[in-house]
Amino acid sequence: MIDLGDKLSTLLAIAWLLPLLGFVIEVFGGYWGSRKSKAAANLAIGCIATGFLCSALALWMWGDATGWTALAAAHGEHGTTDHATQTVFSGSFYTLADFGDLHLSLDYYIDSLTLAMFVMVTFIATCIHVFATGYMAEELVDDYVDHQVHTHDGGHFHRPGRFYKFFSYMSLFCFAMLGLVLAGNIFQVFIFWELVGICSYLLIGFYVERHSASTAANKAFIVNRVGDFGFIIGLMILWTSFGTFSFGDRDLGEGKKQAGLFSMVARGEHGEFATTNHGQDVVLKTFDDHGHLQVPAETDSTRKTIAYTLLIVAGLGVFGGCVGKSAQFPLQTWLPDAMEGPTPVSALVHSATMVAAGVYLAGRFYPVFVPEVLLTIAYVGCITAFVAATIAIVATDIKKVLAYSTISQLGYMMLGLGVGGWAAGLFHLITHAFFKSLMFLCSGSVIAGCHHEQEMTKMGGLLKKMPITALTMLVGVIAIAGLAIPGLYVRFYWLWILPVPYPSIVSPEALPGAYALALSGFHSKDAILATGLAFENLNQVHFLLFLIPLLTAGITSFYMFRLWFYTFLGKPRDQHLHEHVHESPWVMTGPLVVLAFFAAFCAFAGEEGNLFKMLSHSQPAHVAHGFDGSHAGSVSLPDHDAIHKSHSTAGNAALLAAFIGMTISYLIYGKGVVDPDDIKRQAAAVHGFLVNKWGFDDLYDAMFVKPAHVVAKFAAAIDKFVFDEILHTFVRIGIVISKWDRKFDEGVIDGFVNMMGNSTHSMGLGLRNAQTGSIRQYVTFIAISVVTLFVLLFALYPSG
Amino acid sequence: MDQLGPNPFLFIGAVLFVCGVVCMTTKRNGIGVLMGVELVLNGASLNFITFSKFTPLGLDGQVFSLFVIVLAAAEAAVALAITLNFYNNHLTIDVDRGDELHG
Repeated sequence: MIDLGDKLSTLLAIAWLLPLLGFVIEVFGGYWGSRKSKAAANLAIGCIATGFLCSALALWMWGDATGWTALAAAHGEHGTTDHATQTVFSGSFYTLADFGDLHLSLDYYIDSLTLAMFVMVTFIATCIHVFATGYMAEELVDDYVDHQVHTHDGGHFHRPGRFYKFFSYMSLFCFAMLGLVLAGNIFQVFIFWELVGICSYLLIGFYVERHSASTAANKAFIVNRVGDFGFIIGLMILWTSFGTFSFGDRDLGEGKKQAGLFSMVARGEHGEFATTNHGQDVVLKTFDDHGHLQVPAETDSTRKTIAYTLLIVAGLGVFGGCVGKSAQFPLQTWLPDAMEGPTPVSALVHSATMVAAGVYLAGRFYPVFVPEVLLTIAYVGCITAFVAATIAIVATDIKKVLAYSTISQLGYMMLGLGVGGWAAGLFHLITHAFFKSLMFLCSGSVIAGCHHEQEMTKMGGLLKKMPITALTMLVGVIAIAGLAIPGLYVRFYWLWILPVPYPSIVSPEALPGAYALALSGFHSKDAILATGLAFENLNQVHFLLFLIPLLTAGITSFYMFRLWFYTFLGKPRDQHLHEHVHESPWVMTGPLVVLAFFAAFCAFAGEEGNLFKMLSHSQPAHVAHGFDGSHAGSVSLPDHDAIHKSHSTAGNAALLAAFIGMTISYLIYGKGVVDPDDIKRQAAAVHGFLVNKWGFDDLYDAMFVKPAHVVAKFAAAIDKFVFDEILHTFVRIGIVISKWDRKFDEGVIDGFVNMMGNSTHSMGLGLRNAQTGSIRQYVTFIAISVVTLFVLLFALYPSG
Repeated sequence: MDQLGPNPFLFIGAVLFVCGVVCMTTKRNGIGVLMGVELVLNGASLNFITFSKFTPLGLDGQVFSLFVIVLAAAEAAVALAITLNFYNNHLTIDVDRGDELHG
């Protein structure tokens, strides 16, 4: 019998590694293969779809083995579950390196969150891959003409189609994202974090010849570096203080265990740490020889402590990485620009998965975050949600509206996590992934139908032309706006065999376990707002953490319906464009329908539903009890009962806000009671401010880009006038020396050699005259020479 | 003959030698030059024989003169062949015409 942990890790590893295999085959096969072949797309879909099947199977096996206790455990009493069955599996795939105490390895950490993320990512990625085969079909040519790139001679840029490249990047991205989710230690998370970043860079800059695309890719990459800087600081603190990167406990054999990060900072009954040094230092827990987690005695030489402030800094550092990746305030500026990539990329990378990685990490790393860090997270999320939502009101590019709404919703998730709603934030992460990828694909369908026109001001009246796209988009819009039908309540009965709820409409009086009939967004937003309200009740001073999200909920509803009305209702604004619009082929609308179904029903039954219970099963143990920080001068976190009590108030308020937003939107853009242009003129200053994105880009331009340019210019000047001059002087000296050397060579060396040659030559010329060719002369010479020799002989040696 | 001593023979040898040399230097006819060479060789042979007779050299001188005769015969054969070829090329055996290799 194979261990369940091994089975799960093997299945998820297959799901994780298949896209990598796909990437390798696609990138090489595509390079040598035909540009018109769809093989790359089929392979990519095959890999990711198989990954989905593996993930789903793993989820089912996990649920089966744990007897679906996760689903049976009712909301609020989760903290008391006994640990008879193991539900969290951690282990190691491969050891990368051991440097002294530093153990770097590829680990896995599997709990219900990992499984839910795996299923969600692979499922959405499969849908988007299928959609992309239709959307990217125009790249299936040997000679692709990019109409947005102008060459110097006034023509358009020509290049070979890059269909295979698109799918290979997508596969690599899926590999990176799944690796990030599966990662069992924070260092491994960092590796895949960067890999996700590089895939995002490649995909944003897919149309690299377009200046805007390459700039956007650079911007995304550089802004993410800022966040990653914080991440690295966090990693360093964690390593120096904890001595391990691993999330889960590591089995050292012989019954000994090394505590992972989560065990080391495990909280007590009331969410408190074991402290020493008058509460300034936190004592890290370890396993004793019997495998029990305990606080080591003061005399223990292996006892480790960490200063509480250092714990705050570490948490803020890691959260800094999340801020960059999830486009939170103040690093949110890269995401709207990232819409330069093809629309399927926006759907997969910049709405549903990659930007969700930041939220996922914040959730995964939750046990290490202290209340002060959580408060920062909450405020950052709150500001992000509000700022992005206001900008979305005035955006006219259909993809930009969705981009800002993504930022805003990510802010919601962070807010949910920050105010103590661990499951609420991650619940919203999953539901948002479905409806946002749906809406991005719908916008892709619209853009493809409108021949790459993205400005909503030129659309309008598309409902009849593209009904499937319009209706699926409407599902997404209702979901994100958080609309529900008030007064209509549904009660769920649970069948014993199947973990499927059995709905039946009941009267509002039957309250426990009864919820309004609504799409997914209502439930998750409701959960966040309820947590926000409960938090506000405990910490009156932070009342903004409930009011601003509530206001934002109304704004969200407003701008999402504005987008829908603008695009699909009313009269066509551009008659020429409107005539050529066509509904997309089935390969594109099919995924829309599937995603619309899940966007509507994935959160079925809200907090009584399977998804939420499944997620809350992985909730860190101390969260359910809340935290009373009033005596320590820090913030308090609400417990589950408090959240539960504030549910109906928060839910009703959110619903009201959403309805108001929708109504205003309908009046302005649907019925045309007020001309939007009039409002624009009336509030020109506000409009300009919002169109200018609150001036963040200008601010960063003035604060960082311009100074960087000044420094760069200064450095360039130093290079040019100092270093170049020094080099030039050396070169000039060299030239002078060479000239002299040349003269020496030419005058002396060459002269000597030539003189030798010339003298030999002239001697030869002189001797030449002796060679008369007359044989008689030679004989005469010989005779005379002989006689002369004899005469000389006798003259010199007379005695003989 | 013993009373005569070597001098008359050496004198005749010298005369032959000088005649040969003069013949080589003055004759333009290739055959004439050959004849001069023969005279020089015979003058030298006569010297060998003379010294063979009047000195303790013994038979060595005579053997050498025999070698010279053989050599002269061989040389004559080669030289005549050269002369024939020379004639083939120049239609004359005037040695002054064969100065193509002059400097």
